[in-house]
Amino acid sequence: MIEARGLVKRYGDKTAVDDLSFDVKPGIVTGFLGPNGAGKSTTMRMIIGLDAPTRGTVTVNGRRYSEHRAPLHEVGALLEARAVHVGRSARNHLLSLAATTGIPTRRVDELLELVGLTEVATRRIGGFSLGMGQRLGIAAALLGDPGTLILDEPVNGLDPEGILWIRHLLKSLAREGRTVLVSSHLMSEMALTAEHLIVIGRGRLIADVPMAEFVDRASSDHVFVRSPQADRLRQLLTGPGVIVTSAAAGQLDVVGLTSDHIGDVAAANAIAVHELTPQQASLEEAFMALTRDAVEYHTTDSETR
Amino acid sequence: MNTVDTGPTIAVPTMSADDVARLRVTPTRVVRSEWRKTFSVRSTWITLGLAVLFLIGIGSAIAWSTANDWDSMRPRQKRRFDALASPMSGFYLSQLAIGVLAVLLVAGEYSGGMIRASLGAVPKRLPVLWAKLLVFCTVTLATTTPAAVATFFLAQSLLAEQGIDTTWDAPDVARSVIGVGLYLTVVAAFAIGLGAILRNVAGAIAALVGVLMVLPVVALALPDTWFDRVYKWLPSNAGQALMAFGSQGETLAPWHGFAVFCGYAAATLIVAAVLLRRRDA
Repeated sequence: MIEARGLVKRYGDKTAVDDLSFDVKPGIVTGFLGPNGAGKSTTMRMIIGLDAPTRGTVTVNGRRYSEHRAPLHEVGALLEARAVHVGRSARNHLLSLAATTGIPTRRVDELLELVGLTEVATRRIGGFSLGMGQRLGIAAALLGDPGTLILDEPVNGLDPEGILWIRHLLKSLAREGRTVLVSSHLMSEMALTAEHLIVIGRGRLIADVPMAEFVDRASSDHVFVRSPQADRLRQLLTGPGVIVTSAAAGQLDVVGLTSDHIGDVAAANAIAVHELTPQQASLEEAFMALTRDAVEYHTTDSETR
Repeated sequence: MNTVDTGPTIAVPTMSADDVARLRVTPTRVVRSEWRKTFSVRSTWITLGLAVLFLIGIGSAIAWSTANDWDSMRPRQKRRFDALASPMSGFYLSQLAIGVLAVLLVAGEYSGGMIRASLGAVPKRLPVLWAKLLVFCTVTLATTTPAAVATFFLAQSLLAEQGIDTTWDAPDVARSVIGVGLYLTVVAAFAIGLGAILRNVAGAIAALVGVLMVLPVVALALPDTWFDRVYKWLPSNAGQALMAFGSQGETLAPWHGFAVFCGYAAATLIVAAVLLRRRDA
């Protein structure tokens, strides 16, 4: 459980995070979504105490991260940039981190196995591909068997197989009852992974909703109907707040009614319906509409530090 | 609409309750972590090797060539030769190797991002700095002290052929030879502080060389009255007072000078500690 209350982070006169409050609950994957520069990375760094909030607090299981006696057992983090020494081997990297908290060597080897780096465990990290680097980062995050995981853009630079693996891993971790917060600037990726969404833009909270609700909100009450008795159905559906248009004979496009309602009306009047499809604005479109005003850099891609 | 597919479960290994119960960050464990970090990169072995090589290699080369040429050397050169100091000249380069390595161990973590992992594991932060200090000062003392002693005896055995050697019991000798390891250990501490303050390898090395090696040279340009007042208080000159060689002017008393040098290092480390606590990583 992560609880952020009134988090503010300023760098000079630039406000990266602005009065952010949210909870991240255990047992589900929570997507942390926002355009580049929205303050996601800064927020994650504040969770594990790398950056100090200008105001406000963020706690993990009721305490500040640094106050836990075994921080690595509380939160495992994969941050956006690599957090390694390129001259060290993967195994020594993990053993160094494990040593701080008394994590047994056995676990380091188990995790290397899990992320598929056993073969290259004694090679210098400098020679790793982006994907191998991400896998090492995942192993580091899992070292302390943490109850909470925060991962900043974990699928960045991964091949499709790697992306799928991470997706399954995150869901598995959530199913075990862990708290999982994963950031992305891609709605499509979130839609496949997260059950809950926290959307921020320009450091402010834009939405804190279950994924299903976000999807509902995103859909625009727009239903495509195909019926041999389209004209008759059209007359039955027309009413206040309902707009029915027809692009071709036998086809209707209904705005203002749910597909359930249209189906019920058709059934009650014994009208054959061949197709009844709720049309949704794509999630990506919905996300962009939601964050349009909050996108800070339209031309550059730089992430606030 | 069900957008979240469940997919296969990936079995993440969990820790036993016994193992979990033992998890806790302790100073000893942080030291163990720093020990592993120190010796799991090549630069440590290379640079420590260089520090030892500079001492022994340069010392024995000077002793050997002097013993060989002694008969043909002019009286003025002979007078300038010091059986204790001359073979110990390698310490000057050794301090560079030790200082650079200390900077790499601290500031190097910032250049690659390792610091985020280190401070993520130990979010109280200061134990990381103290552990680095303990590990590297211990390593420096334990490698350079035997190297300095070996250099001394090796050089004296070469010089003995010409009867121009000195002995361990002679005045200043034992303190000077042991002092090499002590001086280099404080150089390591000072460099760790600089690395933590500047968080940049090139900057910290420049600052280190500037303070330890360039300042004394610059001070030579001062008018005499100022030179006498300033020179002996410069960090490296104060520290080198412990050895009966190195500094080119009037020096503080050996242990007084060394204490001053320790003071500079301590002040640097205190600033480093305060900044480490305060700054975002």
